[in-house]
Amino acid sequence: MRQGLLLIVPRSLRQHAVSTSVTVASTALACGLVMAVFALNKQTFDAFTGGPAGFDAVLGARGSQLQLVLNAVFHLETSPGNIPWTLYQEVKKDAQVELAIPYAVGDNYQGFRIVGTEAEIFSKFRYQEDRTFAFAPGGRAFDPTKREAVLGSFAAQATGLRLGDYFHPYHGLTFDESKKHSERYLVVGILEPTNSPSDRAIWIPIEGIFRMEGHVIRGTGTEYMAEAGKPIPDEAKEVSAVLIKFKDPALGFTFAQKINRQGTLATLAWPIDLVMADLFNKLGWVVRILELVAYLVVLVAAGSILASLYNTMNERRREFAILRALGARRSTVSAAIVSEAAAIALLGSILGFAVYAVILAGAAHVIRAQTGVVLVPLQYHSVLWAAPLGMIALGAFAGLLPAWKAYRTDVATGLQPSS
Amino acid sequence: MPVLELHDLRKSYRTPSGETQRVIDISRFEIGAGEQVALRGTSGSGKTTLLNLIAGILTPDGGTIRVGDEDLTALSEGARDRVRARRIGYIFQTFNLLQGYTALENVALGMMFGAGADADFARKLLERVGLGERMDYRPRELSVGQQQRVAVARALANRPQLVLADEPTGNLDPRHAAEALELIRSACREQQAALLLVSHDPAVLGAFDRVEDLEQLNRARGPVAEGSA
Repeated sequence: MRQGLLLIVPRSLRQHAVSTSVTVASTALACGLVMAVFALNKQTFDAFTGGPAGFDAVLGARGSQLQLVLNAVFHLETSPGNIPWTLYQEVKKDAQVELAIPYAVGDNYQGFRIVGTEAEIFSKFRYQEDRTFAFAPGGRAFDPTKREAVLGSFAAQATGLRLGDYFHPYHGLTFDESKKHSERYLVVGILEPTNSPSDRAIWIPIEGIFRMEGHVIRGTGTEYMAEAGKPIPDEAKEVSAVLIKFKDPALGFTFAQKINRQGTLATLAWPIDLVMADLFNKLGWVVRILELVAYLVVLVAAGSILASLYNTMNERRREFAILRALGARRSTVSAAIVSEAAAIALLGSILGFAVYAVILAGAAHVIRAQTGVVLVPLQYHSVLWAAPLGMIALGAFAGLLPAWKAYRTDVATGLQPSS
Repeated sequence: MPVLELHDLRKSYRTPSGETQRVIDISRFEIGAGEQVALRGTSGSGKTTLLNLIAGILTPDGGTIRVGDEDLTALSEGARDRVRARRIGYIFQTFNLLQGYTALENVALGMMFGAGADADFARKLLERVGLGERMDYRPRELSVGQQQRVAVARALANRPQLVLADEPTGNLDPRHAAEALELIRSACREQQAALLLVSHDPAVLGAFDRVEDLEQLNRARGPVAEGSA
């Protein structure tokens, strides 16, 4: 029987090549879509929440923790406001704090965010648990007293800026040609890719942000504009956020209590992964809808397998009768139909990996371009075997009705010439 | 020992008007091993019904059908399928080749339900029927005569004890009909298979030593009174 099936199934698929191709394509789309939805959901969740960041908390203006994290960690969203430089200094001096890196934002170049910070970000800061920034050959950290810039790898690639190039910052976080600052910055370093949002940032000395043409700082509550050649009083300075690494990560709780519950000036986003997980939980319904759509596409694909086979049953009645006349059992003929349906689903599932790869590659490209977060399309997820197996099982199930019709074929009637 | 024995074989059909019409009522019929028998019958005389009964495709209303030592009427449908696959070769008037398969695959497929695929034997059979150069052709790429030869090779693929041929020359012109008949008869002889060939063509019937008349074999044909079928 197995020999017979191995001959009958491929011949039949070839004989009905057009309907087979269409059905295989719809099955591939369904299988690829299901795999992509589940894998993308998992990977984006992991990438945005599970990355073992090298810092524990983000301190920023009073407001939403999520906005603070999106702004300071992912370089998305607008800044919720500023906090005084003196608060940053207090935190930096705190015995429980190992490292505090200030961020000041407000400018961009071609849409890539310019972040004013301290040079120690390139030596002490860990963008991931065990990784510090590394410069591409020929690069170095900026001199805090000069108009020098260091570019993240993606920002350099997208803007085309190279070592030794000059550029003018533009005011605001979105690119507007009419808002060009007069200052020129020299590119002195380009960072190696980190596969993190830092790849999209352009780093300059924090003093540069304070002194940028037209910038007003309000650390004291009143407006202050820096003047060339004159030092800026610390009281006048302000920062958008401070990335904090505690000596013991658990200390974040005490800090959060102090700042979030008792204080009125600032917000501490801690722990960062839970802040992001909360965002994903709130958006969970979107994922559920996407999953539902994927399941519906799977059902449509299974239906198309059923319809394509069922529609051939009448024309194949004679074929079944001949097979039966040659000695094939009813069960052999119906097994051939179920196998055919499963084979269509198998082919579709195999092609589904191509659909999955295309969707994942496209999504990874968009997500990297928008956030700097890198997805890994080939990362293992149980849906990569569960979806194809489920699709094959569902395909075989869809073949049961046509198989039943084939099972009931009357041999004597089927053998009679149709004309 | 006979290859085929029929005893009190009866088969009736219900007509659209609701009558039960008896088409087969044979008290006794036998074919010996390797024997070649022609069965004369006019159109609608029940020739195909009789062959389908012998092949186990149809079940009789009564009586017994023995093929070798197997009583088909005592077997389940699956067991009849197995007997048909292993012991009986069937040549149809319209050949009934599978269009999506090559000549070789048509022959080999028959083996897969019987003794198991034997590609060498399938090739030998096709060479024997003169299609050694056309094994990879599909039926629509072959002439009518060549299709008939594929059907002959397929019928012999499982080394059957009995070959049933239903008007095998009915679709051929006289010259090709004579060639096909000779091929069927000689191939059956070589394979030591008995042959039961039904035809109403006098030229075909004249080639056989033993010719039976289906209407004479049938004891009673026509409407059956309720309860006597």
